[in-house]
Amino acid sequence: MEKKFFERPIINKINAGIPDKFGMGNQLNPISTIDGVAVKDLIAEHGSPVFVLSEKTIQDIYQDAYQAFSTRYPKVQFAWSYKTNYIDAVCRTFHKLGSWAEVVSGFEYQKALENGVPGNQIIFNGPDKNEADLRLAIENASLIHIDHFDELYLIIRLADETNKRPKVAIRVNMDNGIYPQWDRFGFNYENGDAWNALNRIMLSKKLDLVGLHTHIGTYILAPFGYGNAAKVLADLAIGLDRKYNHKIKYIDMGGGFASKNTLKGAYLPGSDTCPSFDEYAEAITNALINSSIDPENMPVLFLETGRALIDDAGSLLGSVIGNKRLKDGRRATILDIGVNMLFTSFWYEHIVVPAQATSKYTEDTTLYGPLCMNIDVIRDAIQFPSMKIGDQVVVKRVGAYNMTQWMQFITYRPKVVLIDRKGKVHTIRNRENIDSIRSLEVVPDYLK
Amino acid sequence: MMKIKKNIAVSESGFVFDAGTGETYSLNPVGVEIVKLMNEGKNQEEISNYFLSNYEVSQGIFESAYFDFVSILNQYNLIER
Repeated sequence: MEKKFFERPIINKINAGIPDKFGMGNQLNPISTIDGVAVKDLIAEHGSPVFVLSEKTIQDIYQDAYQAFSTRYPKVQFAWSYKTNYIDAVCRTFHKLGSWAEVVSGFEYQKALENGVPGNQIIFNGPDKNEADLRLAIENASLIHIDHFDELYLIIRLADETNKRPKVAIRVNMDNGIYPQWDRFGFNYENGDAWNALNRIMLSKKLDLVGLHTHIGTYILAPFGYGNAAKVLADLAIGLDRKYNHKIKYIDMGGGFASKNTLKGAYLPGSDTCPSFDEYAEAITNALINSSIDPENMPVLFLETGRALIDDAGSLLGSVIGNKRLKDGRRATILDIGVNMLFTSFWYEHIVVPAQATSKYTEDTTLYGPLCMNIDVIRDAIQFPSMKIGDQVVVKRVGAYNMTQWMQFITYRPKVVLIDRKGKVHTIRNRENIDSIRSLEVVPDYLK
Repeated sequence: MMKIKKNIAVSESGFVFDAGTGETYSLNPVGVEIVKLMNEGKNQEEISNYFLSNYEVSQGIFESAYFDFVSILNQYNLIER
């Protein structure tokens, strides 16, 4: 007689609460392949855990975003936000699609140059640009977005010393109707700092004021905030034209578009609540087109969106290390995926699904990472099926920030692979090993 | 030998009702079978033998699943003491 399939016995308490009219089910549909490549083969070949990026998804999402803006506005240019994911293969994928580079440090600037981006197609943002960084950016005619007055005066001095006209924009922050209002970057509009900075640039006659920039926040769910911010930048552009007869070449609306991940504490999943590219595009382009900017001299619209372009293209594959019961009877499953590599689990309720068919019976489960640290929690509470040691899981939408904000802590950072359009898998960053970490350490002679 | 408390009703489909507290629970099919065997007065060894001969499972895996299950029954106060 053929033996029956065994699944772990489960008893779940039935909690009769107020029915949820949205009726979200607990059913977890396993993800066994990514772009046609089996998860088990990816783990067998590249180890567990491993980050997997999909070139197809990157291209599809980029085209969606580009289409949303370019069908509404005549001149659109995307710039890839390096800090979101600066693995060279990822940056080059975006550059091949037509993106310029948006960098926020000397390190990222160097990476962009080495990725073949011409200097005049690099936008240099952020508060941390030292003198050497600025000299290089001026030499390369990069677009320097000034963050504060000290930086402005330093650039004026460097213009004198180098005998060049640096190409600059200012970053502007303003009350655009959303909360929190970011005011730590750039010059404030309402208190007059933005105009002070513009006046100083224009009166110095040493800098080439080419653009205006804002970046209103991150994971912004309210497109109207962008519309209001675009109105402010349009107002400044019109003012510059009237006062100095100076036409700026571009308006840079920054990034901050939400991806479809669900924030902790959100009632509905991000996939239901996040605005589409069309909604963001509608708000921004309407504000610019309806402004009094001369239609013959409409500035190029720059966008630096990162998260919304890359998050969906990344998955993190991992394996189950073990199971246990917590004090209150809740199941805990320990994965080899920890917060050291999945930094975004601090603010997202990531979608975690098994990579193989599992029981339809689920239990309230906490998913822990492998670190010997209490904070290493991937999901506090998730309805999850019973998993055995070695069973594999897929964490969805992890392409943004994890491969830059990850920590080398307790264990190695994992390998990253890219699946190209033809389904071929390429290693784009190797797993760390003891040498990659020790190569930076120096033991003093007296301790040898 | 463990038994489910007398005032607890278990249906064939795995619906569990605790008349003492009013709480309800649901069991998966393997859970139903274990509870049924417990109520028939089978001890752990007998239950284990039944599963090893009827299910595709090793002794180690069954035992860890069994003790985990019993700990939850205890947690919910469903076992006679």
